[in-house]
Amino acid sequence: MSRADQAQVRARVPFSRAQFEERLFGVLRWVVIAFLALATLVPFYYMLLLSVKPIDALLLDPGRLWVSTKEFTLSTYEEVLRPTSEGGQGFLGMLRNSALASVGAVVLTLLAAIPGSYAVSRLRFFGGRHLSALFLAVYLFPATLLAVPLFVMFAKMGLQGSIVGLAIVYIAQTVPVSIYMLRNYFATIPFSIEEAAALDGCSRLQTIRKVVLPLAAPSLMATGLYIFMIAWNEFLFALLFLAATPENWTVSLGLQQLANGIEVSKTVLMAGSVVLTVPVVLLFLAAERLLTEGLTSGADKS
Amino acid sequence: MTQPTTTPQDGATRPGDTPGPGPGSGPDAPGGGTPGRRPRRLSAAARENRAGLAFVTPTVVVVTVVVVLPILWTVLLAFQNARLVDIQGMGLLGDWSLENFRAVFGSPGFWTSLWTTLLYTVGSTAGSILLGLVAALALRKPFRGRGLVRGAMLLPYVAPVVAVAFVWEIALSPQFGVVNEWGAKLLGWDDPVAFLSTRSYEVSLFGADFELPLALLTVIAFETWRYFPFAFLFLLARLQAVPDGLEEAAKVDGAAPTQRFRHVLLPQLMPVVALLCVLRFIMEFNKFDDVYLLTGGGSGTDVVAVRVYDFLTARFDVGAAAAQALVLAVILMVLLGLYFTFFGRKVQEES
Repeated sequence: MSRADQAQVRARVPFSRAQFEERLFGVLRWVVIAFLALATLVPFYYMLLLSVKPIDALLLDPGRLWVSTKEFTLSTYEEVLRPTSEGGQGFLGMLRNSALASVGAVVLTLLAAIPGSYAVSRLRFFGGRHLSALFLAVYLFPATLLAVPLFVMFAKMGLQGSIVGLAIVYIAQTVPVSIYMLRNYFATIPFSIEEAAALDGCSRLQTIRKVVLPLAAPSLMATGLYIFMIAWNEFLFALLFLAATPENWTVSLGLQQLANGIEVSKTVLMAGSVVLTVPVVLLFLAAERLLTEGLTSGADKS
Repeated sequence: MTQPTTTPQDGATRPGDTPGPGPGSGPDAPGGGTPGRRPRRLSAAARENRAGLAFVTPTVVVVTVVVVLPILWTVLLAFQNARLVDIQGMGLLGDWSLENFRAVFGSPGFWTSLWTTLLYTVGSTAGSILLGLVAALALRKPFRGRGLVRGAMLLPYVAPVVAVAFVWEIALSPQFGVVNEWGAKLLGWDDPVAFLSTRSYEVSLFGADFELPLALLTVIAFETWRYFPFAFLFLLARLQAVPDGLEEAAKVDGAAPTQRFRHVLLPQLMPVVALLCVLRFIMEFNKFDDVYLLTGGGSGTDVVAVRVYDFLTARFDVGAAAAQALVLAVILMVLLGLYFTFFGRKVQEES
């Protein structure tokens, strides 16, 4: 239907409901977009802003949303990043701890989730459908419920306070979403490719290693990144398991302890927040498309 | 899943059994001798069955160790008088009692905290899905810079909760928060509002006085802000899969945008909305860190998850903490059970 035809249809009624709404929502749409952009960006801008302000400037004029070049300071970052032995807050070490725990969680979770999600999406076996439901049912249980026994279990095994222990615990948080993401992706790989490989004499394991996994590489990346983000942002388990061992604190935990401890100026707190946020946001922006597609694939079927 | 269901094979392997041969068992796996009209196909199915079980075993083992066993142990702990100090020497089967449950149900504040949890969950689930829907509709058609706006909108979901909770805390602070400062300047607020520590806030509207649970509403607003991107992502993906023809046809017929939304888009979105409702409800119901970081569970925001944490760390009462967590999980399951009984089909298909 051409534009002229459409105009004709509309012209029959001088100012129809459709026309009115078209205009209204045409405007509203931009209002909404502007509102959402502000609502999501301003808090992050505020975080960044406070982190480079001296605390006096904040207390003097809390409403000012910019920083003058005269006031601009990076001393907050210096304090946050300097090792505790030199009077700082030691966030560099915590960054390393967070990275270790997160990478550990990625490796462990992928190892645990790949075979299972492959089986659930590709193979017909006894109990397969129920398992699928079981993996989803894991979501039902609160992290606090898992925390109690894991806390006790780790205390018994002496793993309390170790980063390895934390990475293991993170599996509980990341396995359901990994299986969900990987399963959706494996389901899109055509059977015929695997059959061709089988005809060429590959065993099933070989087929998976040489054909399926390379094909699923983008999805593995997306899932891995997603696990990394969950583990990096995690707070409850870190609080429960590591609170007593400051040398193993992750950044999230360190930041919270910093806020709870002796009076630390809010600007230093914000510098810590920026340090915590930047790595994960950079990672996300670099892989946004991959991540969002990985997460929502399967959402578009009706 | 798209594959048709297969009937269980001859029942030779039960789910509990560990399969004998390793993965990728050779083409001449046992099973050829099974009597049947088409032994070749049967053995292929049996092989697939075996391979499936072999592949799924590591995952099941891991999930069992880090999820299923802990949950079962919670159930045991909930019936025992377990303190953290003496748990070291305690066997799995100590003295059984319902003492913990009596303590949980009888403790002051339990029922209000349950009610708070429910309000908080419903509020933040509805809020995040509605805002996500609005966002998805607004960003549906391409425009210059859409990618940037979209990326920006996902930030709250991606950023670490500790960092964003502190930003909100500082921005809402009555002493040096930007919100109160601007509220006084632009909206003429007389006194700074303590958003995160006011249990109830009196508002006069049209001559009537209302009591608003301000801290709870603020926490709900925070959750809405933090999780609307999740709903937005799923709804946008679904919206972009709606065939153009459908809407074009409605447009030609003169349907207004609200009518097109109501009769064309909404039916298409409903399965995703239903799935999101379930997922967000589950997550919010069990939420601990957001509330804990923002208010510490004070000022009328003491959701059950925070109470569990308090029992565990402040009183070292593992038994009571486990009992409380268990009660929370059971209530969630009952609610979900009700939901699936009444609206079940769609969500199950979706997941």
